[in-house]
Amino acid sequence: MNTGSELLKIENLSKNFGGLRAVRDMEMVIPQGSLYGLIGPNGAGKTTIFNLITGIYGLTSGQILFNGNPINGYEPFEINQMGIARTFQNIRLFPNLTVLDNVRIAYHGHAGYSFSDALFRSRKFEAKEKEMTDQAIEFLSVFNLQDRIHEVAKNLPYGEQRRLEIARALAAYPKLLLLDEPAAGMNPNESVALMDLIHFIRERFNLTILLIEHQMQVVMGVCEMITVMDFGEKIAFGTPAEIQSNPRVIEAYLGPGASALAEKFKRRKTENVTN
Amino acid sequence: MMKFKANRSSYYFLGTALLIIIGLQVLFSTGILNSFWNTIIRQGAVIAMVALGLNLIYGFNGQFSLGQWGFYAIGAYAAADVTFRWTQNTSADGLVVLLLADAFMALALWGIARLVKRVRGMDTLSAFAIYLVGVIASVFLAVFVSKILTSPVTSLLNALPETWSLQIVFFFAVVLAGILAAEISYLFGLPVLTLGSDYFGIATLGFTIIMKVLADNSDRLLGFEEMKGARGMIGIPKIATWLWIAFFLLITIIIIRNILHSSYGRAIISVREDELAAKAMGIDVAKQKILTFVLGSLFAGLAGGLYAHINGFLHPSKFDFIQSFDPLIIVVFGGLGSISGTVVASFAWALVLEGVLRLVLPPGFESWRYVVYPLILLIMMLLRPSGLLGGFEFPFIKTVLPPLKKKENNENSAGGEVL
Repeated sequence: MNTGSELLKIENLSKNFGGLRAVRDMEMVIPQGSLYGLIGPNGAGKTTIFNLITGIYGLTSGQILFNGNPINGYEPFEINQMGIARTFQNIRLFPNLTVLDNVRIAYHGHAGYSFSDALFRSRKFEAKEKEMTDQAIEFLSVFNLQDRIHEVAKNLPYGEQRRLEIARALAAYPKLLLLDEPAAGMNPNESVALMDLIHFIRERFNLTILLIEHQMQVVMGVCEMITVMDFGEKIAFGTPAEIQSNPRVIEAYLGPGASALAEKFKRRKTENVTN
Repeated sequence: MMKFKANRSSYYFLGTALLIIIGLQVLFSTGILNSFWNTIIRQGAVIAMVALGLNLIYGFNGQFSLGQWGFYAIGAYAAADVTFRWTQNTSADGLVVLLLADAFMALALWGIARLVKRVRGMDTLSAFAIYLVGVIASVFLAVFVSKILTSPVTSLLNALPETWSLQIVFFFAVVLAGILAAEISYLFGLPVLTLGSDYFGIATLGFTIIMKVLADNSDRLLGFEEMKGARGMIGIPKIATWLWIAFFLLITIIIIRNILHSSYGRAIISVREDELAAKAMGIDVAKQKILTFVLGSLFAGLAGGLYAHINGFLHPSKFDFIQSFDPLIIVVFGGLGSISGTVVASFAWALVLEGVLRLVLPPGFESWRYVVYPLILLIMMLLRPSGLLGGFEFPFIKTVLPPLKKKENNENSAGGEVL
C-alpha cells in the first residue's frame, strides 16, 4: 500500500439529500504535500464534499480515507483532531471574541492542562497558558495580525477576517487544510497576495491544501492538480493547463456548444497570429 | 510582570470581598441592619448563585435554560431533608444516604459514560435509558448500604459538640445537595442538550414544572413524610448565616472566573459564538454543553441548599415555574456574559424589588411584581441592551491580556497590560 503518498482518498463517495443527489460516485486522491484544487460551477457539490470530509454531513455511500484510515462516522471535532482543518465559504469566526481568543480556541486540543489545573490555577496552568498565548501570537504574526490581537473579530476588515480564519484553522496543527473560496470578495491585488500566502503556509507548516475557488486566476496560479465537478460528479481531472483546454469543463462553465465556440475562437486567434 | 499583576488583582478582590463580608456581618451583629435586611441580603446572595449558574449556561454557553429553578428545588429539598432528619430525629441517615447516592451515582454515570463512548453511534435515548437504570440502581444501593453505615456515622457526629455537628451536617448537606443536582442535570442534560436552543428551553421549562409537581406530592408520591407535600416543609434549622452564604458565593465566583479564563472556558464560549465553527475547530460541542449545564446546576443546587436554611420553611409555590424567571430576569438585567453584572443585579433585585419597594409601596405590591419586572426589563432592553454594567467587569474577573507585540523590537513591550 502506498498510503504514505496519498493523504486523502475519496472512493465512490455519494451524498443524497432526499431525492437530490448532491454528490455522485466522487473519486479523488490528494497526494501528500500537494496543492489541490476543486472547482466547478455553483451548486456542483464542492462545499458538500468539504462538509462530508469534515464530518458535518454523514455520507450516503462510499468511503473517505485519511492517511489510509476511514474517517466516516466520526464527529467533526474528532476529524479536526485527526488533522483536517477547514475554513468556511461565508467566514465563520467567533465574532464577539478577540482575535487572540479565536486562535486560542483552536488550540484547545493541545492545551496540555487538566480541568482541575484550570480550577486551582496550578503552576502548570500558568505555564501552559503562557505557552499557548505565545504560540497564538506567533501564528498571528505570520498572518500579520499581531497588532490586532485584542480587537474583536467582527470589527476586522474583510481581508483580515479571511486571514484570521486561515490562522485559526492552522492553529490546530492540521495535516490537511481545506480552504473554501478563500479569495471570495477579494480584488485582484488581494488575490495575488493570497496566492503568495497559500504557497507560503504550505512550505512553512508542511501542509497539504485542498482549495475550492471560483477565481480562475487563483486556481490556475496556485494549484498543481485540479478536479472539476458538475452536478455532483467529477467531470475532469488534471493539471491547470489540461483543465483549461478540456471541452467538458468549458461546457460545464459556459453551456453546451461553448466548447466548439472556444475552439473556433482559439483557431481564429492563432490564424491571426500566423498571418 | 503579567503574573504579578494578575495576582495583585486577585488579592484586591479577595481583600475587598472579605471587607464587605465582615463589614456586613458586623452591621448584622450590632443590629444596625435588622433581621429583615439580613434576610434580604442573604436572599440576594443566594439568587446571585442561581443567576451565576444560569449566566454560565445562557450567557456564556448560549443555551437558553429555564431548568435552573428545578435544580434549585432539588438542592433545597435534598439539603433540607438531611438537616431536618439530623435535628428532629438525631439520625444521620439522610446525610449518609445522600453521600452514598452521590458517590454511587457519580460512579455509575462515569462508568456508563465510558461504556457508551466505546460503543460508537449509540442513539441518545438508548444511552439515556442505560444511564437512568444506572442512576436508579445506585440510589437503591445507597439506601441499602446506608442501613449499615448510619449508626456509626450518627454516633461519630454525636461525639462532637452539638453546634459543631450541626454545622458539619449543614455544610455537607448543602455540598452534597449541590452535587445531587449536578448529577441529575447530567442525566437530564444528555438527551435534552441534543435539542436546538428553543426546544431546549421548553424541555428545561418542563423539568422545572416536573420538579414543582414532585414537590407538591413529595409526601405521598416520593414517600418523604417530613416534606409534607403541598402544605410546605417546616422545621428546617435556620442555620444559613450570612458568613456561610457569602463563603459559598465567593467560591462560586472564583470557580466561574477560573474556568472561564482558561482553555475550557474559551471552548464553552466558542459554542455560543458559532457552534459549527467550534465543531470544525476540534471543540467537542456536546461535552462543553453538558459541562456548563452540570456546573450551572451545581451552583443552583448549592444555592437551593442554602436557601432552605434561611427561612426554615420550604413551600412548593416557591419553585413554581413563574418564579423560575427571576434568575433569568437578573441575568438579562445584569448583562449576558457579565459575571460582575449578575452579582450586582442579584443584590439590586433583592434590595430594591424585595426590600425597598416592599417598605415603600402599600401591602399587596407582591401581586404587582410581575407587572413591574417586565416593565423594568423592557426599559432595560431599550436603554441598555447590554445589561446593567454593559461590558464592565471587576478587575479580578477580567482576563489579563498579553502585551501587544510590536514589530520593531519586542523588548519595549515587556510590561504587562491589564485592560
